[in-house]
Amino acid sequence: MHVNRRSGILACILAATLAAACEKASQVPTVHIGLIAELSGDLPAVGASSRTAAEMAVSQVNDAGGLTIGGRSYRVELAIEDNASKADQSASAAQKLASDSDIVAIVGPNASLGAIPAAEIAESSGMVMITPWSTNPKTTLDTRTGAPKKYVFRACFTDPFEGRVLARFALDTLHAHTAAILYDQSSEAPKSQSELFKTIFAEAGGTIVASETYTSGDKDFSAQLTKINQSAPDVVFLPAYYNDVPLVVQQAKRLGIKAPFLGSDAWSSPDLIKLSDNAVEGFYFCNHYAPDVATPEAARFVRAYTETYKRAPDDVAALTYDAFGLLFEALRGAGQVDRRATRDALAKIPTYTGVTGTMRFPEGSGDPIKSAVMLQIRGGKFVWVTNANP
Amino acid sequence: MSTPKLHAPSHRHRKGMLPALLAGGLAASYLLPYFGVLSPYVQLILISVGVNIILTSSLNLVNGYMGEFSVGHAGFMAVGAYGAAVLSVNVLPYGAAAPWLFPLAIVAGGLAAALLGCVVALLSFKTRGDYLAIVTLAFLMIVKSTLENLDVVGGARGFLGIEKLTTLPWVVAWSVATIWVIRNLVHSRYGRDIQAVRDDEIAANQTGVDTRRAKVLAFSVSSFFAGVAGGLLAHHLQFINPRMFDIAKSTDMLVMVYLGGIGSLGGSILGATIYTLLLEALRPLGAFRMMLMPLMLVLLMLFRPRGIMGMREFSWLLPACDRDAREAAASDVDKDGKA
Amino acid sequence: MLYVLQQTLNALQLGSIYALIALGYTLVYSILRMINFAHGDIFMVGGFVCFAAATYLQLPFAVTLLLAMGCTAILGAGLERLAYRPLRDAPRVSAVITALGCGIFLEHFVLWLSPYPQHVPALLQNQTWSLGGLSVSSIQTAIVAIAVALMLVLDFIVQRTMLGLAMRGISMDMKAVALMGVPVDLVISSTFAFGAALGGAAGVLYSLAYPVVDPYMGVLMGWKAFIAAVLGGIGHIRGAVLGGFLLGAVEILVTAFLPSTYRDLTVFTLLLMLLIVRPHGILGRPTLQKV
Repeated sequence: MHVNRRSGILACILAATLAAACEKASQVPTVHIGLIAELSGDLPAVGASSRTAAEMAVSQVNDAGGLTIGGRSYRVELAIEDNASKADQSASAAQKLASDSDIVAIVGPNASLGAIPAAEIAESSGMVMITPWSTNPKTTLDTRTGAPKKYVFRACFTDPFEGRVLARFALDTLHAHTAAILYDQSSEAPKSQSELFKTIFAEAGGTIVASETYTSGDKDFSAQLTKINQSAPDVVFLPAYYNDVPLVVQQAKRLGIKAPFLGSDAWSSPDLIKLSDNAVEGFYFCNHYAPDVATPEAARFVRAYTETYKRAPDDVAALTYDAFGLLFEALRGAGQVDRRATRDALAKIPTYTGVTGTMRFPEGSGDPIKSAVMLQIRGGKFVWVTNANP
Repeated sequence: MSTPKLHAPSHRHRKGMLPALLAGGLAASYLLPYFGVLSPYVQLILISVGVNIILTSSLNLVNGYMGEFSVGHAGFMAVGAYGAAVLSVNVLPYGAAAPWLFPLAIVAGGLAAALLGCVVALLSFKTRGDYLAIVTLAFLMIVKSTLENLDVVGGARGFLGIEKLTTLPWVVAWSVATIWVIRNLVHSRYGRDIQAVRDDEIAANQTGVDTRRAKVLAFSVSSFFAGVAGGLLAHHLQFINPRMFDIAKSTDMLVMVYLGGIGSLGGSILGATIYTLLLEALRPLGAFRMMLMPLMLVLLMLFRPRGIMGMREFSWLLPACDRDAREAAASDVDKDGKA
Repeated sequence: MLYVLQQTLNALQLGSIYALIALGYTLVYSILRMINFAHGDIFMVGGFVCFAAATYLQLPFAVTLLLAMGCTAILGAGLERLAYRPLRDAPRVSAVITALGCGIFLEHFVLWLSPYPQHVPALLQNQTWSLGGLSVSSIQTAIVAIAVALMLVLDFIVQRTMLGLAMRGISMDMKAVALMGVPVDLVISSTFAFGAALGGAAGVLYSLAYPVVDPYMGVLMGWKAFIAAVLGGIGHIRGAVLGGFLLGAVEILVTAFLPSTYRDLTVFTLLLMLLIVRPHGILGRPTLQKV
């Protein structure tokens, strides 16, 4: 029957592609690290930054003669997997990497939507996973018992911490009595951050005069902003990703909103100022590090990244770079290329000073203790305002 | 048009193929991982393939056999996923009994989705074609928006703490069950009614076919299995989030259905398998993957406008006496130029 | 009162963009009974052409608009020639799926060129006038004015020219019109070109109001515009305009007077109710079905 013959041909093509996708062995002693990034799907910019930073981190190590583990020098090789910003594809990407016994650890996924399912797989297969950007507290916790996962770490702070920092900043530094909130209700981090902000701001005696939402993909915020303008807040809290921010602030300007906006770490992209045509001038946001008062590590990273990719790094790039730094440190400490040893070494690192500051992992936890900075956009630059410690 | 056969079709031809497939599949899916033949990665891919087969064949019932254009399948899937997850986390006890209560939770999720499917079916009495497509789209958006606002199930942050109960044997069992039920449905007199709605609704009505019953049946069975697939996925990923069930998810399913071919269960199986495996195999290509996949889809549609198996069927999925009728139906759809 | 007026202005701006995109869906649908799901992505390409023209070529606004319309017109007609025409005799859903595939391809092709969102420089000098407390921006005015002008031009073409006559003829009976010596292929190609050009124009107007373009911006906009087209009665040019403005108005007004959290819920429930009352859209009439 010719139906069968055709499906046979298709099966052959399939088998060929599968075979082509398989890895080739190499001669030099090599340590393989997996990277799961959002190369397609909702967050392509996140994936692109994560991939470039990862490639840079790896090539820097290789150019410096490789990674010395247990007296031997290893070449680092990156296995990049696209998760299409989806939960199920993150799980299969993580499982694919976990099933490959050459892979010693995973960095990524960045968004919590993918990081949570991937973390489950990393944990159950006993492989270190460091997520650079997932701020959802649940990523590093066992979903059933609430105890910390053994193998899952992150390079960033968590939503509750950030929400608290931002609420305190609005109250103490900006002396705001009233605040309005505009957030993407279909996106997890903005939702958590805004809820925490609401609670803390109200507890400290402030009043939330407007709480408006939109849905991912919306481009018109005029109705919400007109409503916010009516309520005349002292500050507008906008925990949004940096491709929404420019649209919001420009529409706000056009509608005559004078109150300053307060943003989250997802604002942190050098593109922000250009994308928003400077409508963000004078606004504040929370970040992982301050580029203007950069530590030597940060300065070196920013310079190298800008030279290589002709664009300044954003927060995802910096955090991915740190995740790799942390992982290299752990591999050196482990003394052998082994998943378990890497985990134990990673858990023992007392403090790690990276691009985004100094992080310290408390006993048995994958969440680093690190400080946040508040930045202001002044004269087309990110300017340090204050530090916020946990 | 094909004359609807009102007697129950005989299953003489290769009787026992499906039970054999079920038994063999179950045994293999249980034993192979047990002896370490299948790596966890292959198992995971097979689970995805199975879930997609359930989704695709159930969507084929409405889009292929009944000839409507539903874009809301992800919404039914979401209802099933959340229904089953809430049941298994909050109601059913953990521990030794849990694995046996798992199918109960899945069925309950499926029933919740089927209920919603019935509502859509009621709307489809008056609204047809592209307008019905919008109705299903609106349903999807309403489901998603409701879930985002329901803080009880975590809202946009997603629902966590689901136990990993979905295993390969379960997925195999449910996929075979789905195919079995849908195959028997479309070859029963009710199934003829459903296909009569596609071929010509008015003529069907005139000849005494209860098109309303056919629509309710098709939508509820289809959404039931979408819900089942959702429940399986929830207990596989251990995490669900409203964003997972957006239009893009529906688009994926549409692609799999039409890639495989409408009105063909074999096509749905092939479509789901090929699409899932290709997506996985091409993963190292990164962003190029998503340029290559649609390109291949377009080329396939150009050379095989009806999909890989459009309106044809593997003989083992087809009761023998139905073959001729199917060929006739296929040529009939050609003439109408609608599907 | 002022608040209501202000929100109405917002609704007009959003509605005119929806309406322009919806016109592209409806034009193609009216002659081929096919939903061109790539249309949202043609709109996106229009936005990116606008970005490229304004950033690298620094063209004036009018030239940018024409360039974007030209490019998308070629793209639309090209897609028709390469991907849809071979499928004209196939089940119509095949062409719909092909269109879906073309759309996904366009998205990821642009994604490959630019994974990061891009800023479109200001094409028009923005001025905000205050009319008794009502803030009206020049950009808002320009968007609505250009959109309405384009709709009038399209209406003129369809109602008053030979080409329009041929289009209307094809929408009634393609085979009969072909027998009368109308070059059907040419008319269909130009319909696609017109529809795509309107989508391209919508992309430019969009970039005026929302000056950030990204590869996925056409997805949600496309679906919303498709809803608008169906709401008005798909295949009806005036229905698409009405549907676009109506959808814009409902979205803005629901947000304005109800909690915005429930916006999607309310908008889509209203949509469902409307389709229950009028199963063929506002202006659509039930097509005569022959057995």
